[in-house]
Amino acid sequence: MPIKDYIRERFFPHIWCPGCGHGTVMNGLLRALDSLGMSKNEIVMVSGIGCSSRISGYVDFHTLHTIHGRALAFATGVKLSLPELNLIVPMGDGDALAIGGNHFIHAARRNIDLTAIVMNNRIYGMTGGQYSPLSGYGTLATTAPYTNIDHSFDTVELATAAGATFVARSTTYHIQQLTKILKQAILHEGFSVVEVLTQCPTYFGRKNREGNAVDMMESYKKNTTPIGSKAKKENPDLIERGVFIQKEMPEYCSEYDKIIEKAMASLKT
Amino acid sequence: MKKENIKFIQGNEACVEGALYAGLDFFAGYPITPSTEIAELLSSRLPQKGGKFIQMEDEIASMSAIIGASLTGKKVMTATSGPGFSLMQEALGYAIMTEIPCVIVNVQRGGPSTGIPTHVSQGDVNQARWGTHGDHAIVTITASNHQDVFETTVEAFNISETYRTPVILLYDEVVGHMRERLIVPKKGELPLVERLRTSVKEGVDYHPYLPREDGRLPMSDFGGVHRYNVTGLFHDMWGFPSDNPKIVHGLLRHLVDKIQNNVNQIARYKEYYLKDAEIILISYGSSARSANHVVVSRRPRGEKLGLLELQTLWPFPYDIVREKCAKAKYIVVVEMNMGQIMHEVRRAVDQPEKVFLANRIDGVFITPTDIRSLLRLIQGKGV
Repeated sequence: MPIKDYIRERFFPHIWCPGCGHGTVMNGLLRALDSLGMSKNEIVMVSGIGCSSRISGYVDFHTLHTIHGRALAFATGVKLSLPELNLIVPMGDGDALAIGGNHFIHAARRNIDLTAIVMNNRIYGMTGGQYSPLSGYGTLATTAPYTNIDHSFDTVELATAAGATFVARSTTYHIQQLTKILKQAILHEGFSVVEVLTQCPTYFGRKNREGNAVDMMESYKKNTTPIGSKAKKENPDLIERGVFIQKEMPEYCSEYDKIIEKAMASLKT
Repeated sequence: MKKENIKFIQGNEACVEGALYAGLDFFAGYPITPSTEIAELLSSRLPQKGGKFIQMEDEIASMSAIIGASLTGKKVMTATSGPGFSLMQEALGYAIMTEIPCVIVNVQRGGPSTGIPTHVSQGDVNQARWGTHGDHAIVTITASNHQDVFETTVEAFNISETYRTPVILLYDEVVGHMRERLIVPKKGELPLVERLRTSVKEGVDYHPYLPREDGRLPMSDFGGVHRYNVTGLFHDMWGFPSDNPKIVHGLLRHLVDKIQNNVNQIARYKEYYLKDAEIILISYGSSARSANHVVVSRRPRGEKLGLLELQTLWPFPYDIVREKCAKAKYIVVVEMNMGQIMHEVRRAVDQPEKVFLANRIDGVFITPTDIRSLLRLIQGKGV
């Protein structure tokens, strides 16, 4: 299907700034979904609040644009009540890991079959450039004018520790890899987390003198490396890309089906 | 009558029976006194009928999850008490804005904050009305006995589906934990309102937020043939965000009018000896039991007392209260808070100076003696 058939053209132009990485993530996601050949009717996208969360308005699925940080909780309700649906949950870094941090770790712990995409631009873009839990120590933001003293989460380590059964990272520069990873994440039966480094030239880039969108994407090329590469051994500061965790664990909705069987059997005895 | 239709149970259990009778499919909740029995019982009963129960990480998530589940076409509910109800206000506003049917039970305990968890209060009446931010309308219903808990729970689901609105069941600790008889009505005895779904065919434009002439909005289930957007932002008929002043004004008017224009249809109340009553007690929830006791026990002595028991608290039935109280010498509002409904009664009646408050705010159930003491005082008889 042409990619434009996945888009609600009626609602364009989108709100994202020139050079924003979010459109690239959307592109990669739609290509991943297209290659899987799923019906649009069986896909539900649930998002929270922020620049990244606006993605749900632009795509032609069942879309639920919810409240800040709560996307995974809404998605849990949709998924558990109708498990045959495929749930995609794009979130920003603040949305997923600050206000939504509790829902994030608990969704991971339950291993419910949702695909969480953390679009990490290291900043609150929609409100104008405040530091997020992924901005990092020493960065600048409108609420960190003297530099940020908050340390950041490592999304991959956090998701892994919380029990996610598929954990991966890529960037908007590595769109081919990103598309492939998103496809794997959607196919994975269980809670999947894909962190995507995505540039915000308007706020993070400008505040931290990282140049324009192209410069920022170049830096993803320069500062990242495949998991376990030789380059990583030589330069531990490089950020690894790829699939970190992929394991089989009982999925929440399938487990609940067993509860229903037990409960129904208890009625007969 | 079959024995299994007669139960001797807690009010919280009567609420569960009512919810299942109404067709509850999905419950998400978080443990909190004094509502926990509702979650416990549903974790056992829902999967027996193929429904789903989930204990979420907090009340924010519980409220969010039931809204998500409702969009797949399910009847949904959550239950909590004051502190949890505070956390639910965020997603409650979302359900109002997006017009997603759901039922929220608040078995009230004393507040503010953690308050007095195991004791009774009716202090959340105004929180039910105005807890979430922004102009809005809300439906809040309560009951004083288990038969009425059952019926109002069924009614909550019916109103929720009819008007596409969250409905709050505002019970209290005494009603929730007290044990008394419930006769479960036969199937079909109480009317059930099922979800109004769109008749728009696949391939034809479906406008999820374009009200019909009667103001109702037929829904389409997530997973069905119509894919549309749902957002807590002001939105147009497609469900797409809009800040067009005409659309913002129109949507807010619609959200409020669909409830306020139907205040008399939504209103539920019971009246006892009102016809010739000189002193009218107005009460609701468990405190109406003590008020009723006063009326019934004093009538044989010739005291012209009457009781108006409100079941619908919001939208407040101003016209009904004004009309019923027109001839009363005194009106005494009996409630376990600092006068939250008394203020509404004062706004409703022609002579607000006739309205008095008989209350308790110490976590102890208000007794007929408490009410009688106040009656003597306002009649100039002393204690």
